[in-house]
Order: sequence, then structure tokens, then C-alpha cells
Amino acid sequence: MSDQTATKPALDFTPPRSGLAALQLRDAWHLLPWGIAIAFYFYADGFHSFGTNVLIMVLFTLSLDLALGYAGIITLGHAAFFGIGAYTAGVVAVHMTTDPIAGLILATILAGILGVLTGMLILHTQGVAMFMLTLAIASMFYEVANQWRSVTGGDDGLTVPRSAPLLAYFGFAGFRFDFRGMTGYLYTLSVVFVWFVIAWRIVKSPFGRSLDGIRQNPRRMRAIGTPVWWRLVAMYGISAAMAGTAGGLQAQATRLVGLTSLELQLSGIVAVMLVLGGERRLYGAFLGAVFFMAVQDWAAAVNPVYWMFVIGGLLMAVVLFLEGGLMGLLDKIFGMFAGKRVENAQPSSNEVKAGEVKTGDAK
Amino acid sequence: MLLFTILLDGIAYGMVLFLISVGLTVTMGLMRVVNLAHGSFAMLGGYLSSVMIRHYGVPFIWSTLGAAIVCGLIGGLAELTIYRPLYRKGDLAQVLLTFGMIFVSIAAMTLLFGPTPVAESMPKWLEGQIDLGFRTYPSYRLFLIGVGTLLAIVLYFIIERSLFGARLRAAVDDPGMARALGINVNLLFTLTFIGGCALAGFGGAIGAGILPIEPFYALKYLVLFLVVVVIGGLGSFRGSLAAALSVGILDTAGKYLVPQLGSFLLWFIVFGLLLWRPNGLLPPKSAT
Amino acid sequence: MSVATGEKPVLSVRSLCKNFGALAVTQSVSLDLYPGARLGLIGPNGAGKTTLVNLLTGMLAPNSGDISLNGESINGIRPEQRVKKGLVRTHQINTLLMEHTMRDNVAIAVAERRGFAWRTLRYGPQWRACLEEAHTYLSGLGVAAAGDRRVSELPYGQQRLLEIAIALSLKPKVLLLDEPGAGIPSTDSHIIDEALEKLPAEIAILLIEHDMDLVFRFARDITVMVQGAVLISGTPAEIAKNPEVRAVYLGRSQQV
Repeated sequence: MSDQTATKPALDFTPPRSGLAALQLRDAWHLLPWGIAIAFYFYADGFHSFGTNVLIMVLFTLSLDLALGYAGIITLGHAAFFGIGAYTAGVVAVHMTTDPIAGLILATILAGILGVLTGMLILHTQGVAMFMLTLAIASMFYEVANQWRSVTGGDDGLTVPRSAPLLAYFGFAGFRFDFRGMTGYLYTLSVVFVWFVIAWRIVKSPFGRSLDGIRQNPRRMRAIGTPVWWRLVAMYGISAAMAGTAGGLQAQATRLVGLTSLELQLSGIVAVMLVLGGERRLYGAFLGAVFFMAVQDWAAAVNPVYWMFVIGGLLMAVVLFLEGGLMGLLDKIFGMFAGKRVENAQPSSNEVKAGEVKTGDAK
Repeated sequence: MLLFTILLDGIAYGMVLFLISVGLTVTMGLMRVVNLAHGSFAMLGGYLSSVMIRHYGVPFIWSTLGAAIVCGLIGGLAELTIYRPLYRKGDLAQVLLTFGMIFVSIAAMTLLFGPTPVAESMPKWLEGQIDLGFRTYPSYRLFLIGVGTLLAIVLYFIIERSLFGARLRAAVDDPGMARALGINVNLLFTLTFIGGCALAGFGGAIGAGILPIEPFYALKYLVLFLVVVVIGGLGSFRGSLAAALSVGILDTAGKYLVPQLGSFLLWFIVFGLLLWRPNGLLPPKSAT
Repeated sequence: MSVATGEKPVLSVRSLCKNFGALAVTQSVSLDLYPGARLGLIGPNGAGKTTLVNLLTGMLAPNSGDISLNGESINGIRPEQRVKKGLVRTHQINTLLMEHTMRDNVAIAVAERRGFAWRTLRYGPQWRACLEEAHTYLSGLGVAAAGDRRVSELPYGQQRLLEIAIALSLKPKVLLLDEPGAGIPSTDSHIIDEALEKLPAEIAILLIEHDMDLVFRFARDITVMVQGAVLISGTPAEIAKNPEVRAVYLGRSQQV
């Protein structure tokens, strides 16, 4: 077997291009989720604030996908960074400026810094100890917010003033945030899109691939000279920054920051959305968050208690019966139609690109 | 005098934490399962006991024992059906599934018993104060300290001195080796789980005066139970006793001495301890 | 590289000691590896070979003694930095990234060596260069055809070759091969032989191996370890003749 491969002449090999240059017609499906999101703006009258909340959860789930899905950092304390972002954006709006972008940037930066600092401490440890440390950090942040009433409002929460018009720079009047939340929806969608592109680039990058490697086998990565700890810290920081943006967006959209934004329950919910959609898929965050929020909206309207049954039951069902989440399910469904063709196809230099895209998407 | 109150209150609180968490430390150490839903069994114990007392007039002591037995049986059932498939899965699957169980238990308890905390149903003889000579102290708390101490001694003999305990410790240290020695590890898992859940149910029932029973119980105190387990060292019986008492005393001291910090002090110390000793204070041999 | 034949050892170990409690697992081990060396390290089970590898790579800290690479002491330098300095190992058991393709496994290592691994947003040309370079290592070992396949789908022999390809892609000056043939059925053992023959001549190689035939075919010098200490060093012919080695090692190797 290997004799034959050894005597075969080496294949011509052209590495696939990446980025915009690599886009082909078969990548057109990317338009679907974004197209739906934009169509929602035009046709979903009266649902814009709901849509904004869904987008915020998409972003939060995406941030967890980077840390937990790709880097394998098992955390149940990610709400800490969401809450930090929310309180930062809130406090900035109350005391400094109501410019939405300034608040959002500060929320992102502060959450990122705290992510790096706490990451530096906890990412030396492994397994249950690390998991507990993420819980301890979240609990500490919660207690700080609970007790520091002069800044956070304690359990009354913090009321956030309406944001100033968007992009009102250099004499431009900017876009006013209307009561129906339409501007807010587009603003949130744009921020989510920017972060999505960044996340997409990151997971395909050498950096992202090395983290995927660390998740699979830290020993191997050390053996090729990877500074494992630093790399984890960097990814954790990026993920925390992204979660901070999500929190900041929520503060600006709902105009109220409460202790719930730091609660363990929120960390749990975002984990549910991630596994429901499918880890390491990026778009899994979309599917998971949309599905979850829709179910929550429906179940809570019937009876809030059912909602608890639904999330608990969903979580258990996904773990026991639906590995890979909804994205995994979609794979299986499409695989029934297209699977045979792909499996039998021999890799040739033309299909290298197809294989390359697959390793990233279809893991 | 304040120090004395802190110490006694802290020990009483710590004993409740110990009773509830000791089952968790043994199962987590033995089966390597991250079981976040353990608090649900304590909550169940609390509800069962209060139902028995109110609706059927069962005396307090018997109601807690009854709650322990029912929780043990339900725990055994859960081990066979839900937990067993989990042993082969990764940490993340275990965390998520047992977290899902918490939500289900919250919903179930809200539906059955309503969203508000259960009113205490202590018997008369535990309501008063006891004269200690130089001061008086609530008899309920002294009772907790007494029962906790008694059970700690009994558990010490079961875990550290009996044949069952020897097998248990062997399996905690090296499950593969225990299997090779002909120990029926599956049966051991089930029995341990039954015992752990029974203790949790008992602890939840008897400790209802300190940790009030409500639907969100399992979520609210989840981190506290886990802290006892992890600080003590997974699978370490003595560690969990030491950790439970320390956490009880620390949290009480923090709330008496620096109330403006709330539980922050506790979490801060827990955080530091975990960084310093990721395997806990008194880890069993296998973890070092 | 090839200029430096002979004179200075590239890896030099002096009186290395390691105790686990009262148990001395490495007792004053000294050895030199010159550029282009092919040193076989043998010894019965428990002789301390794996411990020595862990000491050299920095996974364990020695109690005393000195390790220097290219004349520079590397004591106290972290394992991943030793790799950057050219001290590379392969693993006895697979530690490959099973979910990645074969080529990605090598390319990730290349990216790490070239310092591209921190690239997050702009990386297209660099990553393509890494893939191209990865391809050359895979074709060098004759497994480039399977470059697009996930490692988990590959036969074990190819996984072992991938382990070597990754090590080579790090451009080692010193390569520690820890039982490269472990787990390969004897009918396929020629795969490893052929791969070892193709290793660049200037790399200093330390081969730790149970398979005596492989060691005697490959090594130009052999060091025998017993109970944590070096028993004797010499050419394969000298080792084969040595009565002490026969008594201590070859006699027992029948049972291994």
C-alpha cells in the first residue's frame, strides 16, 4: 500500500487561496443567513427589538464558540464578560457620552482586558479546576456588581439613557435610534457582521488552527514549539472582548443593565445555544440562538415554567442524541443527498480547495 | 463572643454543606463525572421532608430519613439510566447534560410546589435556645453540628475502615486496577451513587433552616457545593469535611465582619486556593 | 550545517541526574551528539530511556547536571522554546491532531516554526506557503497523496510517517526519535526503515527503540542504559560482542 504511494510521483499541489479571492459560486449559501437577517429588517414590523436581542445572543454565542468550541476552554462563567460589557456601556452612557460606538468600544476593550488578565491566571490549570475557576470569577464579578451600588445600581439595575444618533460625527446628523428599534437592529446587525468576519478569519488562520490543535492535543502542540498558554490567553481575550461587545449592545438596546447579565443562568443559556446550534461551526451560533430565542419566546408566553423544562430538556436531548447540534443535523440531511458523491471522489488538485473548505466548515 | 458565634454558625453551616457535598465528592472522584445536578437531590430531599411533615404528620427525624431513602432510590435510578451513558463522554457533555437536569428540576419543583420558598417546618424541640452556661445558642444549629459530627464519624468508618470503603478508595485511585482485581466497579458506582444522593437528600432536608428549599435551590447553591468538592480534592472524604467547614466559617465570617463585600471574600479566597492548589487541599493519591 | 561535521557536539549532556523520591531514574548520564550522528539508545524496560527523553525535551527538570544545545546551556528553558532552538522529538504513541488533515498537521508545525502562528486576520500568502512547504515534507516521505485525508482515517503506518514529517518540518538540529516503529506490524516495518534512511544527513539523531534489528541497521553508535545509568557506548559491532551487554541486556531481551 505504502510502497505504491511511495513510488507514485508527487502530486502537483497548489495551495488554496483564502479570503475574498477564494470565494466561488458554491459559497453563495453564505448569503442565506445574512439575507434573512436583512429581509427581517424590511418585513418584520414590530419585531425589531426581538430581532436585536436574537442578534445579541448570536454574537454572545459566537464568542463562546471561539473559547469553548475552538480552543476547548470549558467555561461556565462567560456571562462575566457579557456583564462587564453591559455595565461598561451603561456606565459610559450615564457618565461620559451617549455616543453608541464609543460606549461599545470601551465595553469591548474592558471585557477583553479582563479576559486576558483572568485568562492569564486560570489557563494554567485544567479540567474541573479550570471550570471551577471560571465559575469563581463569574461569582466574584457578580458580587462586585451586586455590592457596588453607587455605580451599578445593585439589584435595582442601571437605567441607561437613550444613545445619541449613530455616526453623528463631523457635523453629520447621524441616524437616530427610533422607538421601533429599526436603527438599533441595523446597528446591531452591522456589529455582529464585523465580529463574524473577524471570527471567520481567526478560525481559518494559523492562529485559529493552532488553537484547534491545542484543544485536540496540547502535548502535540508543545512538541512543535507552540506557547500553549499564551495562545489560549489570546483566544480567551478575543472571546471575552466579543462577549463584552454583546453585553454592550444589550445595554444600549434594552436600556437597562441588571444583575441577570452576570448570572450563572446566562452562562448556562449561552452554552445551550452553542451546543444546540453546533460547536466549531460559527453559523451554529446563528441557528442555536435563533432556535433557542424563538422557543423561549413561545414557551415563556405559554408559561414561564415550561421554558425551564424546554431549555433543560433541549440541553439533555442535544447531549444524548444530537451530537453536532442543528448544524450536525443539517449535515446529515444534506449528506443523504450529496454524501455519496463526496465520499467516492478521489482528491485531485482541483478538489483540494473543496477539501480545504470542508475541513474548516464541516468539522 | 462574636468570634464564638461566627465559629458555631460557620460550623453548623459547614456541616450542612458537608452532608450535601460528601456524596458529590465521592461520585466525582470515583466516576470522573462532573455532576452539576447533585444539588437537585438535596432540594428534592428538602421538599419531600416538608411534604411528609405537613401533609402526613411524619415526625421531623423520620421525615428526613424517609427523604434520604427516596432520594437514594431516585439517585440509583438516575445513575443507571442517565449517568451511565455519560461516563464515556467528555467533560463538556457531562457539564451540559447535568446542567440541563438542573433546569428540569427547577421547572418540576415550581410546577409541583410553586415558586416560593418552603416555610420552615421545624419541630418544637428544635425551635428554642439552649443554655450553654455562658450564653444561649439556637438548638437547631447545635443539633446540626451534632448530627454532622456523628455522620462524619460513621462515614469515616465506612470509607476509611470497612472493606467496602477499601474497595471504594481503590476504585477512586485507579479504576482500571480495581476492575482488574475483580471489584465489580459498576455495582460500586451504583451503590455509591445511591449513598451520595441519600446523604444529599438528608442534608437538604435537615439543613432547610440554613439553605431554604426553593425551586432554584440547585442552581443557587451549585457553585457552593462544587467549591467544597474541588477545594477538598475530588474523591477526598477528609478534604471535603475540611473544605466544607472552612467554606462555612469563611462565608459566615465574611458576612458578619465585612457585610458590604457580601460573598465576594469567599469567592476571592476560593479563587486563590484553586490557583494555588488546583487539585484541592487534600487530594487522594491518584490526583497528585 | 554540513560544514560543522565533527568538532563540536550539537547536543551535549553532562552528568544528568534525576530522582523520583528515593528512586534514581537517571544517574549521571553524559552523552554527546555530533552533527549527523546516528546514535541508538537501548536498554531493558525501566532503564530510564523515556525519562532521559523527557529531561532532554524539558518536560522534566533534572536534579543536577547540564544539557547544552550548540554550546548554549538550555537548562531551565521551556520545552516549546527548546523546539524553536532545534531540539525536536517524536512521540512513541500518536499525538497527532486526528481531526485535521495530514497536510494541515504539518502546515501547523511549519507555521509555528516560521512564526506565522500568531497570524489572525491577514495570513493568506503565509498560510499558502506553509501548505506548500508541508507538501514537500509529505512527498519526501512518499505520503503526499493522502495529504487531504483526515489523520483519523489513515492507516497506522502512515500516521507514524506523519509524525516524522512533522518533526522534519520543524528543521531540527537534533531529532529524538522515540520508538518510531512502535505499534507497526512487522510486515510493514520497512516503512519506517525507508523513512529513516531518507532523513537529512546533517541532523543529529538519537534513536530510542526496542526493536534491536532496527537499531542495529540504523545506528552508527549505540549507547546502552541500565537502571538509569550508561552501561557502555560503542559501535554496533562492539556492542554486539560485549559480554556485559549480552549478560545484562541481550540475554533479557528475549523476554521483551
